[in-house]
Amino acid sequence: MSKRFDEYWKKNLTLIGVLLAIWAFVSYGLGIFLVQPLNNFWIAGFPLGFWFAQQGSIYVFVILILVYCVLMNKLDREYDVDEQ
Amino acid sequence: MSILAWTYIMVILSFGLYIFIAWRSRVQETKGFYVAGSSVPPLANGMATAADWMSAASFISMAGLVSFMGYAGTVYLMGWTGGYVLLALLLAPYLRKFGKFTVPDFVGDRYYSSTARIVALICAIFISLTYVAGQMRGAGIVFSRFLEVEVSTGVVIGMAVVFFYAALGGMKGITWTQVAQYCVLIVAFILAAAAISFKLTGMPIPQIGFGSSLIEGERAGQYVLQAIDGIHEDLGLHRYTEAFHPGGMGMLSVVSITLALMVGTAGLPHVIIRFFTVPSVKAARISAFWALLFIALLYTTAPTVAGFARYNMIDTINDTPYTEAPSWFKNWEQTGLVAWVDKAGDGIIRFRDGDPFVGSPNLTGERGEYGERLVSNELTDNDNELYIDRDIIVLASPEMGNLPAWMVGLVAAGGLAAALSTASGLLIVIASSISHDLYYRILNPQATERQRMAVGRIMIAIAVLIAGYFGINPPGFVAEVVAFAFGLAASSFFPIIILGIFTTWVNREGAIAGMIAGISFTMMYIIQTKFMGMDPWFFGIVPEGIGTVGMLINAAVTLTVSSFTKSPPAHIRELVQNVRTPRGSGEASGH
Repeated sequence: MSKRFDEYWKKNLTLIGVLLAIWAFVSYGLGIFLVQPLNNFWIAGFPLGFWFAQQGSIYVFVILILVYCVLMNKLDREYDVDEQ
Repeated sequence: MSILAWTYIMVILSFGLYIFIAWRSRVQETKGFYVAGSSVPPLANGMATAADWMSAASFISMAGLVSFMGYAGTVYLMGWTGGYVLLALLLAPYLRKFGKFTVPDFVGDRYYSSTARIVALICAIFISLTYVAGQMRGAGIVFSRFLEVEVSTGVVIGMAVVFFYAALGGMKGITWTQVAQYCVLIVAFILAAAAISFKLTGMPIPQIGFGSSLIEGERAGQYVLQAIDGIHEDLGLHRYTEAFHPGGMGMLSVVSITLALMVGTAGLPHVIIRFFTVPSVKAARISAFWALLFIALLYTTAPTVAGFARYNMIDTINDTPYTEAPSWFKNWEQTGLVAWVDKAGDGIIRFRDGDPFVGSPNLTGERGEYGERLVSNELTDNDNELYIDRDIIVLASPEMGNLPAWMVGLVAAGGLAAALSTASGLLIVIASSISHDLYYRILNPQATERQRMAVGRIMIAIAVLIAGYFGINPPGFVAEVVAFAFGLAASSFFPIIILGIFTTWVNREGAIAGMIAGISFTMMYIIQTKFMGMDPWFFGIVPEGIGTVGMLINAAVTLTVSSFTKSPPAHIRELVQNVRTPRGSGEASGH
């Protein structure tokens, strides 16, 4: 049980780490640190950096939570720790 | 029918709905009262969380702020949404598994200490009181602007309605009312935005219209943002989409404020307790998704409203003779939210950077040469002749979009829904902190269910009265909600909850020292820079962003002190192991 549990917890931490890395990259990376160079590129009617800062990052946040829910529910079942 | 008549109809209808829902969901027991019996479906909890979260400031003021800040407005847009990712991944599932009633419950149990519980409950009360006073004030302002009553009368009406459904139904009543309030506010906000988007670009979905081309006017065929940037350049101003321009916010401020708002969001007790109301860990995870999705509907629309309004403002007002100004301009001039001073003496409105005069308009009651309302303020020496209150961007949006009068009424009802839903969520935190954490868990653990319910209802009444009093006579600290509430939430709860879940060895001594260090530093810095006129001495970080530093101090102190003191007892380590897996999540319990 304990070893299985450690494995489950480690996988959970990895998933959180990956998702938070994307979270930070999109919001702080693309939306803030790289906003000036990205603003030189226009996609449709948006300067790219500005779009990430005021629109794109928010879409990504929503998707990240959805991905987390789906993968965690799967992980719970895999390790038999889900709620029945 | 007149705008006023429509507004009365919309407001009375929506209030009637809230009261009806409250009556249907009245409760008799503490579990229903504090956590809605842990039986709220995830989708409904998502809507309730969204309404709870989106305050009068989000609904009325944010688009206006963004409109005047351009790129830098992003601190609010990302800051007030990004925290939900932290909540969903780091807090919500574990706290639901823990399964108690309040945030101080978790802090007190995990750190096996009444002292920690008391520090936590004082923080929860202070954060919530600061926040709720602003909501009551917001409700009063909406009443006074749309229904032409005094601000204080508006506050009292708001108090009465909130008291009715909070005391009757507790968390359960609040939750189901918030679901209705979310629907009212999102429909109002999006309809107005869609109409403006359609008028300017022919595209009714504002998120797409914002990236489309204008269909009329001098700059027809240009992209909306291209046109706005172009107009700014013609006037000799920095471009709207430009980041970190001189005179604006620098990168350090943008980063620190965004992070403080994100972390603060994840540490706000009225947001966290929403995840105690769902039936399972799985439901807590998915309801965080629904919540952010519903919030994102407003938060991705707000910057489009900001941009469209920016274009409209300059395009229809700048260099226009006052006598030809659009009708919404003259309507709102009556309320003192817009004002024009003819500095050049030629009857033409000039809209530039900076304030046209010192402070907000003091209407003299007289009219000038062109029929404009005169103000007695001291003029500034720049060229700007136009005063525009930030709130006008949303409040006047139906008129700018040529929408019918009933839409104006709906926007008023939406603003009230936003203010009241947030206020009620905060009141339950204040009431539960005292009646549950203090009275039941510390003072009188033998209290019966009946006594606890009675104390809960009395506490709601007291909290409503205090909130109303602050709403009518706002003390200085209420205006600094962003700095205080978010700074304190970031520097008190967030680090010790995370450390309490993700480490087993962080202990009582560490948590108490960490919370006290984090809060003291943050409070001191905000008071020094906001009220005592000191310069932001800590690497130039503005007070709104200092919560980021407070959080790091809290975490550092907690970890250091914990590593030098006795590790937590075995049952606490088991508790931590237990919250890490979903299986066995029962209903929330009060002890």
